[in-house]
Amino acid sequence: MRVMVMVKATKDSEQGIMPGPELFEAMGKFNEELVKAGVMLSGDGLKPTSQGKRIAFDGPKRTVIDGPFAETRELVAGYWIWEVKDMAEAVEWAKRCPNPMPGPSELEIRPFYEMADFGEAATPEIVERFDRLREEAKKR
Amino acid sequence: MAGTDINRTVETVFRIEQARLIAGLTRMVRDVGLAEELAQDALVTALSEWPTSGVPDNPGAWLMAAAKRRAIDRLRRAKMQDRKHAEIGRDLDEDRDDDVARLDSALDDDIGDDLLNLIFIACHPVLSADARAALTLRLIAGLTTEEIARAFLTTEPTVAQRITRAKKTLAESGAAYEAPRGEERAARLASVLEVVYLIFNEGYAATAGDDLIRADLCGEAQRLGRILTGIAPAEPEAFGLLALMEIQASRLKARVGPDGEAVTLPEQDRTLWDQLLIHRGREALAKAEALGGADGPYALQAAIAACHARARKAEETDWRAIAALYDRLREVIPSPVVDLNRAVAHSMAFGPEAGLALLAPLEAQDIMRGYMPLPAARGDFLFRAGRYAEARAAFETAAGLSRNAVERNFLLKRAAACGPARPVPRQ
Repeated sequence: MRVMVMVKATKDSEQGIMPGPELFEAMGKFNEELVKAGVMLSGDGLKPTSQGKRIAFDGPKRTVIDGPFAETRELVAGYWIWEVKDMAEAVEWAKRCPNPMPGPSELEIRPFYEMADFGEAATPEIVERFDRLREEAKKR
Repeated sequence: MAGTDINRTVETVFRIEQARLIAGLTRMVRDVGLAEELAQDALVTALSEWPTSGVPDNPGAWLMAAAKRRAIDRLRRAKMQDRKHAEIGRDLDEDRDDDVARLDSALDDDIGDDLLNLIFIACHPVLSADARAALTLRLIAGLTTEEIARAFLTTEPTVAQRITRAKKTLAESGAAYEAPRGEERAARLASVLEVVYLIFNEGYAATAGDDLIRADLCGEAQRLGRILTGIAPAEPEAFGLLALMEIQASRLKARVGPDGEAVTLPEQDRTLWDQLLIHRGREALAKAEALGGADGPYALQAAIAACHARARKAEETDWRAIAALYDRLREVIPSPVVDLNRAVAHSMAFGPEAGLALLAPLEAQDIMRGYMPLPAARGDFLFRAGRYAEARAAFETAAGLSRNAVERNFLLKRAAACGPARPVPRQ
């Protein structure tokens, strides 16, 4: 299964304070472990929300909101995408991560939706899509 | 933590550590079978101790230390049995110090080298292709015998026996444990890549079926490929193979229709392609090329797959680039199947007559007689050239060679689309 592991923002990360050399090295080692275990698919750090924007939707209306955003704990400072056998494996790997921030911090693991998750609900649409494809194929 | 939770945690930790554990132990004891047993012993110890002591901070090192203690116990017992002299006690202590030193150095060395060597051992040329795949899935991917049996459509005892025999063959061939160097290394790496790609294709062929374990083989092979590029980062063909697998796997969702039937490349809904895997595939291909491996057989096949991945619609496919890549691929792996694909690419790039010209020498080869895709391609080229009567005959020949009802119907439909058959003269 594929999961996204999000590094939650802190006051430090929102102020754009870069991790010290020790954390850089520890994180580099951890990333190397992930690569050698075939777990890591991708990952990156994000700049503070002071450099971000939000687009708010309300019916046809679109409003652009400039950062920074207030609710620090809910913000994301970085992410990985991992391929793991199950959630338990993702949890074990996440526990091995060095604390990504100078103070207390949090990682959040969220599995991606997979075809099987859509189950019955999406079936008619998918069937219709394939029927249409087949019709088109026949016409050729 | 509740008992079942901690057991789950122990098993998960073990699954993560297993391959590296077996790899380190194999180097120490030079016997994969024994290494696997020692690793299992360590798991048993963890299952009995962690529920009370808690999961250690560095569980990998803990498991290795536990396995090491078992290894020393065994060495000790073996020596007691071998030599029943009075001085054995003193020797033993000295030996024991040596062993401990050896075990410690095994722990300190780069674990990646051990793992790579374990993969080399599992894919050793003294083993049959089936044995290599089974052993690799068992030791590196950590699959159970039952899972391997289901994946390869065989029985558990067959797989168990295959693995036991493979271990015995390896044990008897002492040379199997030497890390390959120089030219031998290249040949052994080729064997590893072949095994990984075989596992991938076994899964790829099964994705239209309904057994998920079989389809999961693609995922296992991709993971093996990712591990290989992680621990052998200077090998261009490891990146070439990974690129090929990532890009092929990006289409897994699109290649199966609602009734489980296969959907061919031009008919796939390209919005279902996994863009993350395509991106990873292209990055791996770029890495293979940067390492000087652009002309490797896997890198070339990956480059062809990347051409398809770049086209947002089938009509946008850069067939000239693909034709050129096939021209290079046939130099590296001369094979009639590559030549057939090359003919198809040329027909798409330069017109059906160009394709027909390349088919002619293939049709003269005995080995291609009765090979359905050949007359099917011929039918397609003739149809596109407006030679409908000949196309119809070719499609009918192909339909007659097909052993699959869906495929046969498809070919017969194409034959029918060529217009009515010429009246058959009465006898």
